[in-house]
Amino acid sequence: MSAPLLEVRHLAKHFVRRHGLWQPPSVVKAVDDVTFTIHEGEMFGLVGESGSGKSTTGRCILRLVEPTAGEVLFRGENVLAFPRARMRQARRDMQIVFQDPYSSLNPRMRAGDIVEEPLVIHRLGTNAERRARVAELFELVGLDPGHLPRYPHEFSGGQRQRIGIARALALHPALIVADEPVSALDVSIQAQVVRLMLDLRERLRLTYLFIAHDLRLVEHICGRVAVMYLGRIVEMGETQALFAHPRHPYTRALLSAVPVLDPDAPRQRLALDPGSFDRAAPLRQVGAAHWAAV
Amino acid sequence: MTPPLLDVQHLTVVFDGPRGGVAAVDDVSFQLAAGKTLGLVGESGSGKSVTAFSILRLVPAPGRIAGGRVLFDGRDLLALPEHEMRQIRGARISLIFQEPMTALNPVMRVGDQIAEALTVHGQATHEQAWARAVELLDAVHIPDAARRVRDYPHQLSGGMRQRVMIAIALACHPALVIADEPTTALDVTIQAQVLELLRELRARYNLALLLITHDFGVIAEMADRVAVMYRGAIVEEGPVRQILRSPAHEYTRALLAAVPGMGRR
Repeated sequence: MSAPLLEVRHLAKHFVRRHGLWQPPSVVKAVDDVTFTIHEGEMFGLVGESGSGKSTTGRCILRLVEPTAGEVLFRGENVLAFPRARMRQARRDMQIVFQDPYSSLNPRMRAGDIVEEPLVIHRLGTNAERRARVAELFELVGLDPGHLPRYPHEFSGGQRQRIGIARALALHPALIVADEPVSALDVSIQAQVVRLMLDLRERLRLTYLFIAHDLRLVEHICGRVAVMYLGRIVEMGETQALFAHPRHPYTRALLSAVPVLDPDAPRQRLALDPGSFDRAAPLRQVGAAHWAAV
Repeated sequence: MTPPLLDVQHLTVVFDGPRGGVAAVDDVSFQLAAGKTLGLVGESGSGKSVTAFSILRLVPAPGRIAGGRVLFDGRDLLALPEHEMRQIRGARISLIFQEPMTALNPVMRVGDQIAEALTVHGQATHEQAWARAVELLDAVHIPDAARRVRDYPHQLSGGMRQRVMIAIALACHPALVIADEPTTALDVTIQAQVLELLRELRARYNLALLLITHDFGVIAEMADRVAVMYRGAIVEEGPVRQILRSPAHEYTRALLAAVPGMGRR
């Protein structure tokens, strides 16, 4: 296997909720002792439902949210220990694509300027060089460079997500954190954007942390996957093994809830009984490349 | 044979623009029998939601119904005077929206919102309506309904809000429920619970369900028949098994092929 690009170790993010002057504050462990490794060229899936902590984990890796504890090693260096200037530098290698292409693009900026902005912020190239790079990025993600002066509202949802991807690619990153990149899109458009992301992985040797709630999609495109539940990874492993033989009660319940395209398929919904497992159980190896907190 | 509960004939809805009209719904016809479920599938902009809203004559401007008939229980809804339409809307035909957070009134207790559906249609006094609200919350399996009826929408989870929406839709014993992407905004385990609830209520009250979705998985679980919409027209219609196993139209095949992991597990 190739070298690890990203190692997340014992990552934690706690939010303190204050309830009032006289009540004691409570702590929400949004991310609770999360550990995983992503190798170069991998598409690693992080799945879970709303509130499972998957997006917070992605944001902690880029320090868009400051983690409470843990380590994030990128090419062996702990980015959580980086001072501001060094972190800025590191962000060139790690970029994010957001879920909602309708709200993550500034409606008052032209598409070309949106894609150029990272280059301006990092003071890269002359005006002419930057413009040439933006046109190149537009072509790379399958957009017409003739549309550079257009505003986001003039593009469709799928095209907007391509703009978001072009912006993320502007600085030649090695790692893309894709936070539900296709959840807001129609299914046929999803397929196109996912195909683009897979194609870019080959061409640009990208590595992805693919955050999603759509298990069918993750099963289709990710080599390895981790399942999050209430801030913890409850199961992790090679996608095929994990989907074929889920070991954790939560993974089983989650998989049984996915609608199947066959009207005659037997439906067995497994209800999750939170009392049936130990929330604090550590991951242990249950198969060749398969770990579960059971 | 008895006539179908809902018989949409040659429905055409035009959106007027500066450069002439665009037919968002173009000569659409379909039927739905009492107690049955028709899935209306298509992508954004295919006209499926406009079709559904047209049945209730709730087409947003600048859209207008340009032709066709919507026979419900044998009466053409498009020809009814507005005050008669109001007797049908929300009572005989009700609507479940996609976003329970935006569809519910954030500053009204959920009990009042359910009661409102009853009092507006003159079916109950306020006290009766409030008691019925508790019953309905119970019917949609909201635990501790007598207490929850006093909650505001923000105090409920996404799945519970969708259950409240369903309770409102059921308040006046409708014959037809139009559900516009009822589970799209929900997590997959919650989606499974809401679909289970819809199946249960459909059987208990003999509801006809017009289910609008882009998710063929939901269709496979719920529908008896499917109509596939593309650019304002129905390109294929038939029993769910036939459409999923051997889709005839090229667009249906493309749509099915785009579903990841299709046919597996």
